[in-house]
Amino acid sequence: MVVAEDVAVDYLNPAHHGRTTAIEDASFDVRRGETFVIIGPSGCGKTTLLKTIAGFMRPTRGKLLVEGHPAREPGPDRAVVFQDFDQLFAWRTVRDNVVYALRVARNTPVRAAREKADAMLALVDITRAANKYPHELSGGMKQRAAIARALALEPTMLLMDEPFGALDMITRNQLQIELKNIHRRTGVTIVLVTHSIQEAIYLGDRVMVMSRHPARIREIVDTHDQSDVESPRFAELTGKLRELLVHRDQELDVPEEAVL
Amino acid sequence: MSTWARLPAVARYALLVAAILAIWQAYVTLGHVQPLLVASPLDVAGAAWADLKDGQLEKATYNTLINLILGMIVGTLIGFALASFAVFSRIGQDLLTVLTSIFNPLPSIAILPLAMIWFGLQPKSIVFVVALATIWPVALNTDNGFRTISQTTQLAARNLGLRGWRLVTGVLLPAALPSIITGVKAAWAFGWRTVVAAELIFGVAGSAGGLGWYINNARYYLNTSNIFAGLVVISVLGIIVEGLFGFIERRTVVKWGMKRAA
Repeated sequence: MVVAEDVAVDYLNPAHHGRTTAIEDASFDVRRGETFVIIGPSGCGKTTLLKTIAGFMRPTRGKLLVEGHPAREPGPDRAVVFQDFDQLFAWRTVRDNVVYALRVARNTPVRAAREKADAMLALVDITRAANKYPHELSGGMKQRAAIARALALEPTMLLMDEPFGALDMITRNQLQIELKNIHRRTGVTIVLVTHSIQEAIYLGDRVMVMSRHPARIREIVDTHDQSDVESPRFAELTGKLRELLVHRDQELDVPEEAVL
Repeated sequence: MSTWARLPAVARYALLVAAILAIWQAYVTLGHVQPLLVASPLDVAGAAWADLKDGQLEKATYNTLINLILGMIVGTLIGFALASFAVFSRIGQDLLTVLTSIFNPLPSIAILPLAMIWFGLQPKSIVFVVALATIWPVALNTDNGFRTISQTTQLAARNLGLRGWRLVTGVLLPAALPSIITGVKAAWAFGWRTVVAAELIFGVAGSAGGLGWYINNARYYLNTSNIFAGLVVISVLGIIVEGLFGFIERRTVVKWGMKRAA
């Protein structure tokens, strides 16, 4: 699905009139049908990596292939769910957001688009909010709507940038369970960025841990089928990821800061 | 809460207007004011009624509104075009900066003498200066609206594969609508003052005279009541248009949660 070889992404930093390296030497692959989680401290470039897969940015060096082709432009085959609620178009109802997306991205005829939209809203359980405007919804409902819009496009993969990051704990857990169910039912490939260890293990088949300054891949950990957060294996993985994220980060950060 | 505050808004405003009219009437009737200087509300109503009956006032209002609407349509379209061009290219942005710097401080009524040389004593001259008055507030506010659209909204639009013209009409314009309405409101305020001022200056020859011409004509014949009648029509139209903007906002940006209800 996605093959990355030695990908580096620099971006121009207008404040310093220089280039900042957001990602360095990233090599990984995303397999069809899996949930691939990218986890790392904030500012480590995980969102940049997701945006590069989405086609919003291009790799400065290295090779990034999506379904065998370089991802040069964004497109509905890689539907993105963002953290911010204003990803929904405020001037359209929930249902019209989905219908509009199908109309412009997939050229779906109106009637088919409406039927599809209703089916997707039922899938994420917000049928009762179909005719509401986004500002009338709670945070969790907005994210459900965004997921419905993304899934309606029948993307080859769903890219999610901390989709539950702005939600309260209860809503967040509920949506994690539902996303897992949706994944099971649709089999869609998911690339999910998060900074929650629990979320990474619970949802991920594999978790890619990233470091900061510069952003590099530290390790890719196999975490598939962890739906029991109480199990010893879950605790073991939590410890392992915490070790990779927190402790080694402290060890490594000091000399790197000194070099810079 | 006082008794006054408990009244509905319409009643409060109506009472204030009635009080102002009463004081005005009392001042004229009891103060023995020279009627050539100040007309009483009743005289104004009578003059307005007479000119409404023979159609003169409607005709003047119609002419003014036509000139205003034509000028605003032209100005608004050019303003949108400039702002759209500015969003997509550096040179467009620079062009907008340069043009607004030059023309925005210039009261467009100051262009009227030039317009009269170019287009003659015709409504075309008025439409031209009205358009010139409306371009800049529309262009600046629309540009500002485009620039303050949330990054996520733009990324979501690009994710759907929207580009170019479809991106502008499908996402940028509605997302920038609060600013656009602000721009068109400012344009209306400039345009309205400009159209009345332009008509005052040259009146427009023949039968095409507007409200400015109506007022100036009344001054010529020392019909003070008619001068006041013209002013009242201008004010009332202003109130109606403000209400219209309020209605449009309630039906769009307020309903969509992009702007809080006033």
